[in-house]
Amino acid sequence: MDLTYTPEQQAFRAEVRAWLEAHVPAQPLEHFDANRAGFEAHRQWEATLKSGDWGMVTWPREYGGRGVDLIQWLIFEEEYYRAGAPGRVNQNGIFLLGPTLMEFGTPEQKQRFLPPMAAGEEIWAQAWSEPQAGSDLAGIRATAQRDGDDYVLNGHKIWSSRGAFADWAFGLFREPGSERHKGTSLIFFRLDQPGVTRNPIRKINGHPGFAEIVLEDVRVPAFNRLGEEGQGWHICMATAGFERGLMLRSPARYQVAAARLADLWQARKAGADPVLEADVVRAFMNAEAYALSIYQTASRLIAGARIGPEASTNKIFWSELDIHLHRTALAILGAEAELLPDPARIAAGDPDWLDDYIFSLAGPVYAGSNEIQRNIIAERMLGLPR
Amino acid sequence: MDFTLSDEQIMFAETARTLLGDTCNSEHWRKLMEQDSAFDPARWAALVENGFTLLMLPESAGGLGLAELDMALIAQEAGYVALPEPLAESAGVAMPMLAALAPEHPLLADPAAIVAPAPAINPVVAAADQARAILIERDGHAWLAPREAVTLVAAPTIDPLRRVFRIEWNPATAEDLGPADWGLAYDRAALFAAAQGLGMAQRSVDLAVAYAKDRTQFGKPIGSYQAVKHHLASAQVAIEFARPVVLAAAAGIGAQDVYSRARVSHAKIVALEAADLAARSAIQVHGGMGYSWEVDVHLFLKRTLALTHAWGTPAHHRGRVAERLFTRTAGPDQTFAREARHA
Repeated sequence: MDLTYTPEQQAFRAEVRAWLEAHVPAQPLEHFDANRAGFEAHRQWEATLKSGDWGMVTWPREYGGRGVDLIQWLIFEEEYYRAGAPGRVNQNGIFLLGPTLMEFGTPEQKQRFLPPMAAGEEIWAQAWSEPQAGSDLAGIRATAQRDGDDYVLNGHKIWSSRGAFADWAFGLFREPGSERHKGTSLIFFRLDQPGVTRNPIRKINGHPGFAEIVLEDVRVPAFNRLGEEGQGWHICMATAGFERGLMLRSPARYQVAAARLADLWQARKAGADPVLEADVVRAFMNAEAYALSIYQTASRLIAGARIGPEASTNKIFWSELDIHLHRTALAILGAEAELLPDPARIAAGDPDWLDDYIFSLAGPVYAGSNEIQRNIIAERMLGLPR
Repeated sequence: MDFTLSDEQIMFAETARTLLGDTCNSEHWRKLMEQDSAFDPARWAALVENGFTLLMLPESAGGLGLAELDMALIAQEAGYVALPEPLAESAGVAMPMLAALAPEHPLLADPAAIVAPAPAINPVVAAADQARAILIERDGHAWLAPREAVTLVAAPTIDPLRRVFRIEWNPATAEDLGPADWGLAYDRAALFAAAQGLGMAQRSVDLAVAYAKDRTQFGKPIGSYQAVKHHLASAQVAIEFARPVVLAAAAGIGAQDVYSRARVSHAKIVALEAADLAARSAIQVHGGMGYSWEVDVHLFLKRTLALTHAWGTPAHHRGRVAERLFTRTAGPDQTFAREARHA
C-alpha cells in the first residue's frame, strides 16, 4: 500500500488543472435538464473538452480518450469538480454505455459510437424502465422483432434520463413471446427517428429531466444491438455494475459539497443550532470515506479484480450521504431554507443547496432503488436466500 | 498510488485468522466464562510462538519491524474472535513505546511479556492483572511500574471476556522513562480499536447471516425476508465504508500531523459505529435468541461498548476531525493532502 501520488500522477493533475483553469466557463451554464438551450450549451462544453482530449480520459486514444488508468481518472474528476466545471450531459453515454461498449462491442461498433460519444456529438439517454417494469426490470414488455438485417422496436419506456433532449438512447428489448431474463437484447435507437415519440416528464424541481418514450414500429439495423441476441440482461447488469460501482458518482462531487458545507457552517454557525457541527463533520467524513473506498476499488481493478456486488454498497452510501449533507445545509439555513436562492448569486457560483437537496432525493431511487441494492448485498455478498 | 495489501500482509492476516479461529471460538469463550477468566495462557503462548507479539518491535529489539498497517490487520482478526488477551494494547501500543524509550529494557527480551498501557484518557487499565508491568502516562512522561508495585482494584465490567482495573501506584516504586510520544501511542491504540471494530462488526453480521439462513418462520428461512436482509445489508454497508478509512489511517499514521490524526479519529468513529450497528442488528435478527446469554452476539455488543469509549470517546475523536476540517483546506484534491504537500 502506498497512498502517495507518483510524479506522473502529480504532473497529470497539474495538466488537468491548468487546462480547466483556462477553459471552464466563468459563469455556470444553465442546467442541461432545464431546457434545450441549457442542453446545447453543455453539448458545446463537451466539444470544448474534446478539443483538449479530455472527453473520457480512460478510453484509448483511438476512441477519443487518453488511455489513462482509473487513478488518473479519479484525479481528473477531482480537478473537474474542484474547478466547478459543467455537469456531464453525456454521462449516460460516457460513464454507462461507453464502458459496456468497450467490453461487449465489436471493433466496428466501438469505432462508430465511441468517438462521437467522447466528443458530445451524440448524446445518450437510457431507456430501461417501463411503466410496468421498474425494480422488476425483467418484466419489460418492449419488443424487438427481427426482420432481415433490422429490428422493429415497439413499446413504452419511461424515466429516461436526458430523454427529453438527447440524440440516442440505449434500451432493453425482448424477442416477442420471450419471458423474463431470456430473449432480451440491448439495442440503440435514435430519438429523432420516425416512430419515436418522447414526452418530457417534469421532475419535482420543475425541470424536464426525464421522458417517456413511445416506440411504434421503429426500424433499426441489427448493427445497433450490443452483444449477442438474447444476452441483453447480462450486458445490462454489467452496465449497472459500472453505474453503481464507480463512475456514476465521483467522490469529488461530495468532497466539493462537504467543503462548501464547512464554509457555510463557518459563516452561519453564530446563529445556528450548535449540534449541527457534528453533522457537518459527519458529511466531511462520509465524503472522505467514499473517496477512500473508490481509491481502493480503483487499485483493485487496476490489479485485475472485477466489480462485483459490492458495487451496490457504493450506491447506497453515496445516495444516503448526499441527502444527509444537503439536509444539514438546509438545517443551517434554518428559516431561510425554503427560499429560492437569488439567481445572481447562483450565477456567481454559490451553491444551490435547495435544488441540490431536491436532486439528492432521487439518489435512493434511480440506478436501481436502494431497496434493490440491499437485496443484492444480502443475497450476493452475504449469501442470504432469495 | 496503490491501495492494495501485499500478498505477505494478506497471508499473515490469514495465519492469524486460522490460529484465532481454532483457539478462540464459542467453545473457548464459554470455557473461559465458566472459569471466570479472561485470559487463556495456551492461546497467548500460541500467539507468542507465531510472532504476533513481536510484530511491531524493531528488528534491533528482536522484533519483526513491521508497521501499524500490519498490526491493524491482525487486530481486525482479534476483533473477529473478541480476543480476550491484550494483544493490541500490549504488542501494538505499550511494547513499541517501551522499545522507543528503553531499547535495552529486559522486558523486551521476553516475547511473552505483557505490558499494560495506562493512558491518562482511560479511567481503567485493561488486562492489568496479566501484565508484568504497567506503562503509565503522567505529565507527558511514561513511567514503568512492575505489577507487584501497583495496587489493582478490579472494576467489574459488563464484558465477560475483559478485565479492567483502577490502579494506585507510587513513583517511588516505578521507573521514569522520560518524555514519551503519547500522541503516537493514543493514535495506535485508537487505530487498533478501530481495526478490532471492523472485525467485530463482520462477526456480528456473519453470526446473524448464519442464523437467518437456518431459522425458519412462515415456512421459509427468515433470511429470505427483505426486512431481515436490509438490516444486515445496512450493517455491511457501514463495514465497507469503515474499512478503507481504517486502512488509510494505518498507512498514514506515522506522519503524526493534523491530517493523520483526523483520519485515525475518523476510522475509530466509523469502525466502532459499524460494530455497534452490526451487533444491534444481529441481536434483532436473532430475535429472542439474540437476547439470550446462550447466543454469542452479546459478546460483540459488549466489547464494542468498551472500545467505542476507550482511547477517546466519539466526541473526542470528532473534535480532531473538526480541527482538520475547519483549520485546513478541504476538497477533492485534499484526500491525501499530507502526502501531496510533502512530495
